[in-house]
Amino acid sequence: MKLILNEEQQFLKDTAKNFAEERTPVNHFRSLRDNKDSLLWDKDTWKEMVNLGWAGILIPEEYGGSNFGLAGISVILQECGKTLTPSPLFATGVLGAYAISEYGTEDQKKKYLPQIANGEITTAVAIDESSHHDPLKTNMPADLKNDSYILNGKKVFVVDGASADLLIVVARTSGEIGDSTGLTLFLVENNQPGIDVIKLDMADSRNYANISFSDLSVQKENILGDAEAGGEAIENILDIGRIAISAEMLGNTEAAFESTINYLKERKQFGVLIGTFQALQHRAAEMFCEIELTKSSIMAAMQGADDNSNELQRLASLAKTMAGETLHLVSNEAIQMHGGIGVTDEYDLGFYLKRARVVEQIFGCSKFHTERYANISGF
Amino acid sequence: MTQMDKFREETKQWLDDNCPASMRAGADPETPLDEVWGGRKAVYKNPESKIWLDRMGEKGWTMPTVPSEYGGGGLSKEEVKVLNEEMFAIGAKTPLLSFGIWMLAPVLLEYGSEEQKKEHLPKIIKGEIRWCQGYSEPGSGSDLASLATKAEDIGEHFMVNGQKVWTSYADKADWIFALVRTGPKEPKHDGISFLLIDMETNGVSTKPITLISGKSPFCETFFDDVKVPKSNLIGQLNAGWAIAKALLQHERAFISNFGLAAAVGSKKDLVSIAKKHIGEENGKISNGFYRSEIASHKIKEHAFGLTLQRAGDEGGKASATASMFKLYGTEHNKKRHELMIAAMGTDGVAWDGDEFDDSDKNLTRSWLRTKGNSLEGGTSEVQLNVISKRVLGLPS
Repeated sequence: MKLILNEEQQFLKDTAKNFAEERTPVNHFRSLRDNKDSLLWDKDTWKEMVNLGWAGILIPEEYGGSNFGLAGISVILQECGKTLTPSPLFATGVLGAYAISEYGTEDQKKKYLPQIANGEITTAVAIDESSHHDPLKTNMPADLKNDSYILNGKKVFVVDGASADLLIVVARTSGEIGDSTGLTLFLVENNQPGIDVIKLDMADSRNYANISFSDLSVQKENILGDAEAGGEAIENILDIGRIAISAEMLGNTEAAFESTINYLKERKQFGVLIGTFQALQHRAAEMFCEIELTKSSIMAAMQGADDNSNELQRLASLAKTMAGETLHLVSNEAIQMHGGIGVTDEYDLGFYLKRARVVEQIFGCSKFHTERYANISGF
Repeated sequence: MTQMDKFREETKQWLDDNCPASMRAGADPETPLDEVWGGRKAVYKNPESKIWLDRMGEKGWTMPTVPSEYGGGGLSKEEVKVLNEEMFAIGAKTPLLSFGIWMLAPVLLEYGSEEQKKEHLPKIIKGEIRWCQGYSEPGSGSDLASLATKAEDIGEHFMVNGQKVWTSYADKADWIFALVRTGPKEPKHDGISFLLIDMETNGVSTKPITLISGKSPFCETFFDDVKVPKSNLIGQLNAGWAIAKALLQHERAFISNFGLAAAVGSKKDLVSIAKKHIGEENGKISNGFYRSEIASHKIKEHAFGLTLQRAGDEGGKASATASMFKLYGTEHNKKRHELMIAAMGTDGVAWDGDEFDDSDKNLTRSWLRTKGNSLEGGTSEVQLNVISKRVLGLPS
């Protein structure tokens, strides 16, 4: 496995870079936020992304996708991350597309994958039940009654949950909280009685929801993957998601860093450019090193996923830890080095800090993944 | 059969015929292992080390890409790849460790005269002459260009007076490549020359340096009225700084190729030390504070290893990347040793005597030795300067 992009992946990255710079510069996000947009992403822009084939990158060709792989969609997210482009690409193009392509029955694939690829539906994964991500702590019951499962409980912080047409819900069909067995995944269409969606207002002004289920009946054919064996499937789906979101976080990091370096080269104090100060130069150089290490970790994780690496879990936790730690560092340093302008709402940099702290939590923060890395590594 | 297949077959056969059994993987563990640096004063515990060096040197395969007219292997890049693969396949030991190969030969090829190349390269390649590097001085560390060892023009010769410091293995070397001041009145970068000096010349003396960790390969090297033929000047008079910098690039590239391994210290495994000394519960290091620090460290180590791999895959040789690897690799190694001795508690600071295991006492010294890692070959602060100026383009 080589830690470089192939031609196809580089092409996707270049296309995404142009798209983000021309169609979705940071002002695109700013106006959605200012207008208190109900979706917090733009339908027309999503349509353009779909037309570029991005929603189908993880979907096999026979279901309307291109099957370009995780590295392909991750580098697109990286470029989108640079301009804070909001879209359903992560929750739908990565999570939904991968989960159904990998674990769906023939009927499920035929029904949903073409609709994902052509942008007709968006998806979301409903997993967390508390403010700290931990799949094993899934407690929401799904009880079998007369060939149907009855779902009762509440899922929180569902990414894109405020608008998703199709939910992948993780529920407990047996065992106790903390058990890795006894979990089952359900495909649940969002527009039905028994589901209550409450839109969340988070610091990063993106689309999230808390979703409650009351006596929602789900038929057996809507189980995704094998009943009771959802624990393994959801970890795999989450790992794919963790790697992809890490790439988006890298894009956030790169943009905040670039802005900072440019600022050091133009801002004068005491009659000189502040970039001449060694106190700032050395911190900038240290950030550069951390970013390089983060790039390598994400590259290894996404290429590893496409290569069916047996180290996927470890690489995913490595990538999410490095992406989180580095974005955390750079978002803080960027603000400090920009001085007062960095803490004004008028300047874009604050958006990166707010996005950083929210995205750090998605599917496990650095501390969660550092511990997971240690567990997997055997210490 | 392609040309390359033929070369592979011949190489395989040659290695099979010429690589002694004790120089391969699977050698009898009782055979003494030499660290082979060659030179006039070389002593071999295992005679096969010498045989292996002579055979590889004769082929020019210690520097396989150097043209055969200078004693090199004259191989193409593709052929070198095949040679490396075939050596790797039988676990062949590197026949020669050499500052001549890693540092001097590349600049001789670039800056040396035809006579100088013909004179020195074959001896480097065969391991007949062992070289050391005369750069730092007591008053010139990070500010190397302020060096004061002077070489005065006395007709046919230079008269060299001054002192070098941190000269690795000066006491074992035959020749030294040194930076000397030939233009005392010129601006500091424009008065330096690159000179080759035979260590057997009258007036050259060396003295080993004891470090906080104990014995070391470092020496002080003194020059008292040392007469050096003018033909030993590499490049133009007073134009040595460019050569000095080129050589440092080779040195850093060499260090970065070795990556983490280049940093001197113990190769002991942090996790097994922690498990042994702190204890484990269900396979986990039993103290959560140590465990979390070690996990963060292992994650950085993993990411750094992948970055070395990525740099290789990108085929880039940028000096700035070398600075990053030097900085990160050495700082990481220091941190690893701090974590190891902390995990060992009082055993981690054992110094001498029968109450402690040798491996514990060695680790204490390794930990102390790592403090030099971020000083030698350009301090961490110098690397940060290089990155901020050359990579990030921050203003001076």
